[in-house]
Amino acid sequence: MTGARTFSSPLQPSFESPLDWHTVRADFPILSRELSGGYPLIYLDSANSSQKPRQVVQAIEEHYLIHNANVARAMHQLGAEATAAYEGGRDKVAAFIGAPNRDEIVFTKNASEALNLAAHTLGAALKPGDEVLITEMEHHSNIVPWQLACERTGATLRWFGVTDEGRLDLSNIEELINEHTKVVSLTWVSNALGTINPITDIAAKAHAVGATVVVDASQAVPQFPVDVSTLGADLLAFTGHKAVGPTGIGVLWGRYELLAQLPPFLGGGEMIEVVRMTGSTYAPPPARFEAGTPPIAQAVGLGAALDYLAGIGMDKIAAHEQAITAYALEGLKTVPGLTILGPTEAVERGGAVSFELDGVHPHDVATVLDTRGIAVRAGHHCARPVHERFGVQSSTRASFYLYTTPEEIDALVDGLGCVRSFFKVA
Amino acid sequence: MQLDSLYQEIILDHYRTPHHAGLADPYDVEVHHVNPSCGDEVTLRVELDGDTVTGVTHQSVGCSISQAATSVMSDLVIGKPVAEGMATYEKFLELMQGRGNVEPDEEVLEDGVAFAGVAQFPARVKCALLGWSAWRDATAQALAKAETSAKKEGVSNV
Repeated sequence: MTGARTFSSPLQPSFESPLDWHTVRADFPILSRELSGGYPLIYLDSANSSQKPRQVVQAIEEHYLIHNANVARAMHQLGAEATAAYEGGRDKVAAFIGAPNRDEIVFTKNASEALNLAAHTLGAALKPGDEVLITEMEHHSNIVPWQLACERTGATLRWFGVTDEGRLDLSNIEELINEHTKVVSLTWVSNALGTINPITDIAAKAHAVGATVVVDASQAVPQFPVDVSTLGADLLAFTGHKAVGPTGIGVLWGRYELLAQLPPFLGGGEMIEVVRMTGSTYAPPPARFEAGTPPIAQAVGLGAALDYLAGIGMDKIAAHEQAITAYALEGLKTVPGLTILGPTEAVERGGAVSFELDGVHPHDVATVLDTRGIAVRAGHHCARPVHERFGVQSSTRASFYLYTTPEEIDALVDGLGCVRSFFKVA
Repeated sequence: MQLDSLYQEIILDHYRTPHHAGLADPYDVEVHHVNPSCGDEVTLRVELDGDTVTGVTHQSVGCSISQAATSVMSDLVIGKPVAEGMATYEKFLELMQGRGNVEPDEEVLEDGVAFAGVAQFPARVKCALLGWSAWRDATAQALAKAETSAKKEGVSNV
């Protein structure tokens, strides 16, 4: 489907990617939009939410227009079609992340709900003296659910710190992972710093003390090949809309034996076995964790999204992301007064680059870039503690995906020059 | 979108040299307001003399719009009756929510008219309102506090 492309920039010597990004971009109509002032859209906010290819939107449209009905409980032909479509989405997710068993895939509304499900159900077994270990670079959705679980149970929340380079500080790992540790929950790829964490090594240490390992893979699954059968995680969460899929659907993968031991999360239809007024019994996973009418069309859309990514090849997408991130890091380093938060080389690093610009607040950076059609994120990116760690209140973040081009990075670097001259810091 | 309509020179001036910045003593009430979606924070102190705003000082971390708006707000309410300050807020809010269709009243809003362009940047309206929300909260608390202590004095005088 795609062939290798190279690009020569006036700013940097060369750029090579195995992806033909021009072909890819043709699948995303939104990327041809012109914004106010006649500027073409330059979308550098994919870590926030990715754009959607035509194929995904068409799959959702076809589902609603031709196959729509509720799942499982509808006894008619359309019900059977809708059920097959929804469960087909589950099969595709299982295949995409290497899950050995399709029943290990639980659909949620987003990654936050998946992490809350994990914290709530694992939290049911916590007691005072137990420890939950997270990291200082987590998204708020992998901090707050564990704070709540610890408040409910009297367990203690602990965390890995972050080094000046933006890597996990593993110097005290032997002390942090100890016989009291029951849960280790951490992000695979930091949404703010871009850091890729050594999940397998940490999981081995956690398993040695009998702890359960939860991985927030929201920024990982969209970016590179994932195989949960060898990763070492026990539970893994991600969301559809960052992986060219629709909003409204997330995934919690779990080892089946673990899921089978966990109590229900939300109660309602479809998660039960037998309901009596005196008490109920619960369905086996994944139904146990999918109360109520699930995100049916979204599961169809997510399936189409993962088919789209697999069709291009996750290895190629990862290589493109790596190349564009390296290109961006080099470009950003040429901007005077710019400081990158997190690793400054594209090694063990994902495609989100947060930075500070001396003398200009991130909101003002984002607004000036926006008037030039460049969409970035400004703020704490739902990761306030890691910003505090680096002594900053907020940052500007540019994030990339399979459709990001080196020309767009050049436009960002150029735009930052305009920001500096507008605010007279140049 | 016109950058110059958003970043009027008056706004950039207030941003670079905010008025009434730095927390002063004495004060009646201190509040800390944040904009959770972006992380902007302002600490603000209010001092009242009866119904008159005698002092507003602030310390904040935030963008040019939020810092400048807090500076302009302080100028607008200091020395005025609380009710007048609240009425000015209503005028400013109307301007911010007007999507660019409200003609600002310079008599009332003074330097605040420079924020007219912000109304066309929906994502930035909350920046311009952060200082105002802190002042309204602090002032309401200060009035309540004065009322409570007046009642107590009333009791002890009996």
